[in-house]
Amino acid sequence: MANRIEVKYKLGIDSRGEVIKNKLISLMEEGAIPQANINSVDVVDSYTINKNVPKETLKLIAESLTNPVSQIYQIDDSFKENCDFALEIGFKPGVTDNVATTARKGIEAKLNELFDTNESVHSTRYLLINGQELNQNILNSIGNILANPLIENIVVKSGNDFLNNGFLPYVPQVILENKPTAMVVPIRDISESELKLIAKQGILDPITKIRRGPLALDVDEGIPIKIIQQHFEKLKRDPTDVELECLAQTWSEHCKHTIFAANLDDELSATVNNIYKTFIRGATNKIRTSWKNRQKEDYLLSVFKDNSGIIKFNEEYAITVKVETHNSPSALDPYGGAITGIVGVDRDAVGAGLGAMPYNHRFFFCFADPKSKRQLFKNKNQESGLLEQKILSPRSIMDGVIEGVKDGGNKSGIPTPQGSAFFHDSFSGKPLVFVGVDGILPLKSANRNSWEKKAKSGDLVVMLGGRVGLDGIHGATFSSESMDSGSPASAVQIGDPITQKKSSDAIVKELRDKNLYTSITDNGAGGLSCSVYEMAKESGGANIDLNKVPLKYPGMRPDQILISESQERFTFSVPKNKIVEFMKISKKHDVEATVIGEFNDSKKAVASFNGELVLDLDLDFFHDGLPQRNLKTTWTPDLYKHEEPFIKEQNDLTNTLNSMLSRLNICSKEFIYEQFDHEVQGGSVIKPMVGKGKVDSDATITRPVLSSMKGVVSTQSLYPRYSLIDTYHMASCAIDTAVRNMIAAGAKLDRMVLLDNFCWCSSDEPERLGQLKRAAKACFDYATVYQTPFVSGKDSMFNTFKGFDENGNTVKIDALPALLISGQSIIPDVRKCQTLEAKVPGDLVYIINSTKKELGGSEYHAMIGESDPNRNREFVGGIVPSVNATFALEVYRTVENIIESGLVASCASVGVGGIGVTLAKIAIGGQLGMQIELDSLLCSPAAYLVKRIDHVLFSESQSRFVVTVDPEKKYLFENKLNKIPYACIGFVSENNSFTISKSDKKIIDSSINDLSEAYKKTLRGY
Amino acid sequence: MSEFKPKTLIMSGYGINCERETAHAFDLVGAKTQIVHITDIIENKFLIDDCNILVFPGGFSMGDDTGSGLAYANIVRDNLSEQIEKFIERDTLAIGICNGFQIMSHLGFFPIGDKNYGTSKTALTFNSSARYRDLWVYLSNNQEYIESEDQEYVKSEELGTGCVWTKNISRLHLPIAHGEGRFYAPENIMEQLRSSNQIVLKYINKDGSKAIGDANPNGSLDDIAGICDPSGRFFGLMPHPERAIYSVQNEFFTLDREYRSRMDIDMPKFTDCLTIFDNAVNYF
Repeated sequence: MANRIEVKYKLGIDSRGEVIKNKLISLMEEGAIPQANINSVDVVDSYTINKNVPKETLKLIAESLTNPVSQIYQIDDSFKENCDFALEIGFKPGVTDNVATTARKGIEAKLNELFDTNESVHSTRYLLINGQELNQNILNSIGNILANPLIENIVVKSGNDFLNNGFLPYVPQVILENKPTAMVVPIRDISESELKLIAKQGILDPITKIRRGPLALDVDEGIPIKIIQQHFEKLKRDPTDVELECLAQTWSEHCKHTIFAANLDDELSATVNNIYKTFIRGATNKIRTSWKNRQKEDYLLSVFKDNSGIIKFNEEYAITVKVETHNSPSALDPYGGAITGIVGVDRDAVGAGLGAMPYNHRFFFCFADPKSKRQLFKNKNQESGLLEQKILSPRSIMDGVIEGVKDGGNKSGIPTPQGSAFFHDSFSGKPLVFVGVDGILPLKSANRNSWEKKAKSGDLVVMLGGRVGLDGIHGATFSSESMDSGSPASAVQIGDPITQKKSSDAIVKELRDKNLYTSITDNGAGGLSCSVYEMAKESGGANIDLNKVPLKYPGMRPDQILISESQERFTFSVPKNKIVEFMKISKKHDVEATVIGEFNDSKKAVASFNGELVLDLDLDFFHDGLPQRNLKTTWTPDLYKHEEPFIKEQNDLTNTLNSMLSRLNICSKEFIYEQFDHEVQGGSVIKPMVGKGKVDSDATITRPVLSSMKGVVSTQSLYPRYSLIDTYHMASCAIDTAVRNMIAAGAKLDRMVLLDNFCWCSSDEPERLGQLKRAAKACFDYATVYQTPFVSGKDSMFNTFKGFDENGNTVKIDALPALLISGQSIIPDVRKCQTLEAKVPGDLVYIINSTKKELGGSEYHAMIGESDPNRNREFVGGIVPSVNATFALEVYRTVENIIESGLVASCASVGVGGIGVTLAKIAIGGQLGMQIELDSLLCSPAAYLVKRIDHVLFSESQSRFVVTVDPEKKYLFENKLNKIPYACIGFVSENNSFTISKSDKKIIDSSINDLSEAYKKTLRGY
Repeated sequence: MSEFKPKTLIMSGYGINCERETAHAFDLVGAKTQIVHITDIIENKFLIDDCNILVFPGGFSMGDDTGSGLAYANIVRDNLSEQIEKFIERDTLAIGICNGFQIMSHLGFFPIGDKNYGTSKTALTFNSSARYRDLWVYLSNNQEYIESEDQEYVKSEELGTGCVWTKNISRLHLPIAHGEGRFYAPENIMEQLRSSNQIVLKYINKDGSKAIGDANPNGSLDDIAGICDPSGRFFGLMPHPERAIYSVQNEFFTLDREYRSRMDIDMPKFTDCLTIFDNAVNYF
């Protein structure tokens, strides 16, 4: 029988109720939930103990869950207080419940006995709500906003019902009735249409008569499934469901990146065979060859072959870097998707080389406007015509994603300083959630090169970390498709940072340096099916017994065990003579480790279940059986032609600047940075916000080794809106910005690497692939000039929403094609780093490099477009910023030298919003006034082709900096600039005034207070 | 720096995550530090018997699920209560930072006005914003506020909290990073706390005046950021001094450097936050 323990804070201590109340009130004001009065909200936490426990023991357990100073508890009774409604939220069966896990462990320790598989603990939380005009309907809306119905169970009780009955024990267990076996799936003698159904919708389950979920083997007119069919015809047998599911995972776009590896053909330019090899890895190879020819040190240790890129940091350490996306899961369950994303990418550091310790998190979010009221539905019922499966609101998605990354980062003890957010309507169906991690590892571990690893034949296959459940099945195949009504709910998972923290502590603090394994990789997409057989390539084969895999609950089928994406797991190859110590150390860290098989050199991928072979495939076919794809591309210039919009010239731009600062893509993201612990581990130097006025910094700096002053500079940039004009420039500007942001912080070009994360849409359309090809080409062109190699990358090709709007019309929303460029660079001495904010009154303000009339796709155009009531389309414009890489390189070398020599008091990289926004940020950051005269700039080579002031201020021309300079250093500074166009445009002042004038006329006349308010107000309170 | 290297045990495991930088701070001032996993201590209880300084670093022990620090404190209490009792009786020091402060509070390291160790008297609960926050704050080692910037600052010894760890410290500038840091105690306990001089650190405005708004970032009663036991040997605080020991860690590092360079003054390598750790080592 199950018992329930409830814990409540004493009066006046728990701030959560008040905060929820205020949130509900503001959501009612916005119209997100129906209007009512809410007087108070109280929160009660509860635990259901599903195990026979004597009453006295129950009391001990309750005491261990309560802080007697601030809390009280009750057993098997609710806190029956008067309320108008009570609303309880608990997890649905099978969803990870981290609070319950902690409670269970505590109870196990108290009882000194472990729970059986049919015993469990479950956590819930309920709210006591008092107010007027509340009704069941409103409570349902509140429930749907505070909880996610996909993964959480919501119970609403009226005040009377609650007073009489309270809440009862809640036991959401997964019960699988079937006796699991593998089955043979006939594919040799079936109709073409049946084969297609299997390929698209999955294997037909003989018991439920429902298809098990997408295999995504139907692309290219079904070539993948036909290849499989032919292979089994040769073998003279049919595959098992395990084999089919396994191949579908391994061959998925998500795992194999078949589009980047494809043969891309078009009518205009030459065919490109494999844009990844040609443009991305091609750039890196070209750079390394040039280093070799110039006898320059090659500091890249491992690129494109491991879970992360690995480069040399100093004579003792290497650093790793990796960025991933977790878009589709975050659209369904923003919290679960995001926390799984960030905790998952950490395994790419811990699984890199012999295991690196994560020391720096990155994030970048693309959301729709959180105030947007647009409603979208995934499905329309064909019979009733009713709209179904409503997409979460942009606000819910944003809140959930931020909460997920917050918990994932903070609870793992890994700082999360680096990142920002970009807002555009095209992300309303599916957000982009980029998450990344930098790690550190010693160059040598137990006398081995730490960036190399190789499983040996005879080593044991060991799985370490969390247990396997139904969570995340079909994740890899699901994200390889667009989101439509068939997207499976089981693709949702919730990460558990504490289990992972314990696992990674065991690995990087003990197992690695005691030489207890020969190879390691993480379990991500495709689960064991990908990790084990990927490592099997190193030894030449592997054989595992699926009965040995520890499960969360009994009854799972072998195919489910093999492809489950349950989180927090690593796979190791452990020499037999080391297994005892390996197990002992894992146990000490309270991490489960299990031997599940053996690596061999059989050239086969093998798995058995109940003593029978359920997977028996040639390793070669398994990995390389899928032929290169042939895809058509087109590039139709007319599609990207936008007129230059007519914008009336204004004499006073004060309001314009204020409005620009309040734009979602420019304003302060303080509410995000403050929630992410960006200082844990003690390495933080440049933080996400700088200066007394706390403005967002374009780069952050961390010292991974506390005893050393050497630092790592990180940044990220993306320009999705430029894709409306030309993806080539979208990509080149992202690269230029990443490089420039790092230079501005004091980084060195000769130790600077890049990562490419492409998030594309509708990648089954030739035109989108044509855009992709152009963007990839830019990667090659710019990286090779800057000599900044790509060391890692990833792509997510189907960020497209297909469904219905609130009127039932079919809609297809393509997310703007985006390339996130992440930069990692080394600064030899962080004491020489620089930040963007003004520091000392009297300092001179300079702009370095030319401003051109390049406003296509700019934030300024977007703003003017939105404020024009007669336009329902985006203001784009024709001239997008383009980058002269050769000249920019000269500018960057010069600025690098200027910062190194200590000649500037601040250095800002000019980005979105142009110099107008940059100048304001410099002043806000320093909380110092600024007086700018544009005359000298307008007649200098730095801007001689631009006639209008708004163009000068808001053009997004690349490769520019604004710096402030001590007047005493004026000549030294100017001498360094040599041939580079620059202009001295004003000075920093002690007062509160911010002015920009031309010919003695004030065009902008504002104050630091006003600008700060404009910059901070938009997202304050989120 | 004292000759004697006090044996310093730094607790880790189960989601504690600031052990590395905390050990680094103690290493810098000459302590003999050892990071130990809680399971190792439970297996080798003697480790506590000869240690001079016990450290509970920050982190998210057990994910803070079921209440911050509570689950970890239960493990310590269930397995090590005898060792902890003996440790308290000896002439030892202990510090709890952030999650460590929460753990030490649960364990009863901070009796108020008497020596009844082992019972929790104070609590650290949800920030008033009910939200996790990471930001820099100013602290005063003092129970009095000064009225304005030009007023002479009263040194802590003259008021005397008797806390070993904060000797020679008047003000600190360092980060907080927590979701549950709001100091709470019932009013009778608060009165005893004041009268027994156990309030060590308070959040203040930058100019030293009483904290307004964000200066008290979590809504702590009486702006309390840190307290000690009546003997002054056991110290708990929510902010993170170990994240602010180098001047390059300071949020205004580049600004400070610019001013100093114009006045031709070198940047010091370390900040006042290191004094906390130095005081502990010099106690022995």
